[in-house]
Amino acid sequence: MGRKPWPFVVAGFGLLLLAWGTIWGLAFAPKEVYMGDVQRIMYVHVPTAWNTMLVLTFAFGCAVVSLLRGGWAWDARLEAAVEAGVVMSILVCIQGSIWARPTWGVWWDWDPRLTTTAVLVFAFGAILALRQFVDDPVKRAVWSAVAVVIAYVDVPLVYYSVRWWNSLHQVQSTPQTVSRAFHWPLRINAFGVLFLMIGVIALRARVAFLRREGELAPPQPSPAAVGAGGAR
Amino acid sequence: MNPLAAALRKDLLLQWRTRAQFVAVFVFGASALLLFSFASGPDSGALRQHAAGFLWLGLMLSSTLALADSFESEMAQRALEGLLLLPAEPRALYYGKAIANVLQLTLLGAGLVPLMVVLYDVSTARVPALLGVIFLGAAGLSAPGTLYSAMTAQLRARNTLLPLLLFPLVVPALLGAVKATALLLLGDPMGQLGSWVSLLVAFDLIYWSLCGLLFERVVED
Amino acid sequence: MTTPLAVETAGLSRRYGRRWALSDVSLGIEAGSVVMLAGRNGSGKSTLLRVLATALRPDHGTARVAGHDVRHEREAIRREVALLAHQSFLYEALTARENLHVAASFLGRGAEADLIARVGLAGRADDPVASFSAGMRKRLALARVLLQDASVVLLDEPYGELDPPGFDLLDGAIAELRARGATVIMATHLVERGRRLCDRALLLEDGRLAWSGAAAAMPTAAHVGE
Repeated sequence: MGRKPWPFVVAGFGLLLLAWGTIWGLAFAPKEVYMGDVQRIMYVHVPTAWNTMLVLTFAFGCAVVSLLRGGWAWDARLEAAVEAGVVMSILVCIQGSIWARPTWGVWWDWDPRLTTTAVLVFAFGAILALRQFVDDPVKRAVWSAVAVVIAYVDVPLVYYSVRWWNSLHQVQSTPQTVSRAFHWPLRINAFGVLFLMIGVIALRARVAFLRREGELAPPQPSPAAVGAGGAR
Repeated sequence: MNPLAAALRKDLLLQWRTRAQFVAVFVFGASALLLFSFASGPDSGALRQHAAGFLWLGLMLSSTLALADSFESEMAQRALEGLLLLPAEPRALYYGKAIANVLQLTLLGAGLVPLMVVLYDVSTARVPALLGVIFLGAAGLSAPGTLYSAMTAQLRARNTLLPLLLFPLVVPALLGAVKATALLLLGDPMGQLGSWVSLLVAFDLIYWSLCGLLFERVVED
Repeated sequence: MTTPLAVETAGLSRRYGRRWALSDVSLGIEAGSVVMLAGRNGSGKSTLLRVLATALRPDHGTARVAGHDVRHEREAIRREVALLAHQSFLYEALTARENLHVAASFLGRGAEADLIARVGLAGRADDPVASFSAGMRKRLALARVLLQDASVVLLDEPYGELDPPGFDLLDGAIAELRARGATVIMATHLVERGRRLCDRALLLEDGRLAWSGAAAAMPTAAHVGE
């Protein structure tokens, strides 16, 4: 893991895109017919949701590589990705609530995607908690990789089970389709969040990697001379 | 002796020897069911509606105790490590323990059913089907539960970490089990039982294979 | 024609967090020999034995036990090696007899009926291990080791909890293992006893191999610390 400045550049670029997309979406995009201005939260909500799944998929990839090949770099990336995933999942839930309250009068609407995201907060948050309690760095890396694999495989299962469960009582839902007029600010924001996320995760992974180095014994000093009798 | 048979025999023997602990876990589950009825209030309609949910919540909470217990004897004198060094296949050790845990949890659930019948005023004629659902749900709890129990038994904050890791994970199994149980207790006019049972079976198949594969990484250095 | 090596290591190292428990240990142990592993508390004796038993992975270096590599051929090594550790590997809730039966079932053979009597536990065979004293647990753990019929036997401070009759029992077991052609590596603080029983000795200091040679020539007690 080097000291190259590219994460800052990428994150900065992401922020610019995000600013552009958000301003466009909030101020200049057309108002949605049925929901009005409240719908504008979609310009951040949908990109955040897309990127949450992306980063958790990346975490899964890191976990698989970490289990197969080991090495601190992949564990550091896993730590960063899971953290980012938890933070973004929380954001998605908050954004979902902000949308639901004025629209349906309730803070939570049990929409399958949103509910799955809430479960993800707890599932991956638990993995962060696990990492706190394992002192041995090797065990920590292996066990959190195992936990990420197990949690990630669960995602489609959680989604379908909630969807079936909810479909029996479905009254409200978050809109799944977005009409064409809204595409551009959405895409810009999606990339904005993506680049910002990549930059932040790269930096966070660096921090994790350096922390690992601090936890482990330094390279061994040169061997002392062996006493009389020799090695055999 | 086949390693899986040896492991299962060992785990069943251990469970039999520590059956007093099982009784304590059962009492815990029973008191949970009682508390749910107090929390819900004496409205019999509401109790009937939620009976399935209460049963599974009670079982889930008790399962963390039962699962944690199942690895205490393995870690106290490093008995599990001793077996691995014989050598014994980690996979056999996992499945032996997981199967023993399913049986115990099924017994626990079945034991709580009469209490549910009495407290929440529900019942079903389809008792074998109900036991089948309890078995499948217990299997869903047991697969990841046994793996995480092995992991957290080696850590300081084991009592908090096990439910923390396990509960979000088993949401699909919980939903499937609660729904299937509710349909058996309250009636299934639209024939949805099959799809919920399929969800449970899918969850079980996926996690019984995945956790068996990963167990070695959790218990070996 | 040299005797084959039961154990050989090169640059073997293992850390716990910030501390190297084993540091660049290179040694060779001939098959059939009885070796004393001496050193202060915390010098790395248990860690070395556990790495050789494949309970731990080395962080650096290589080790071969009974001709197999500790990293890649763990199962093969485990079939040849038996470890008597600080923890007894026993199930407290099961009886002595049941514990041996469990071990035997994984070894694919029956538990020898006389093993429990050999270690002096005949009267307590059907009592739960939870009711045993530390010395009795050690005896049962020894029975478990003998059950394994291993070619390399690793003993980690075996005299620890034993009483004087237990000492004799252990000495007898070691003699028998030697007669069988097994290799025995025994970590112990009882240097005098070790000098009598063992062919060779290794001294660990701070995770490094500080001395190795004939057991009779082992440095005096002052150097190893009691």
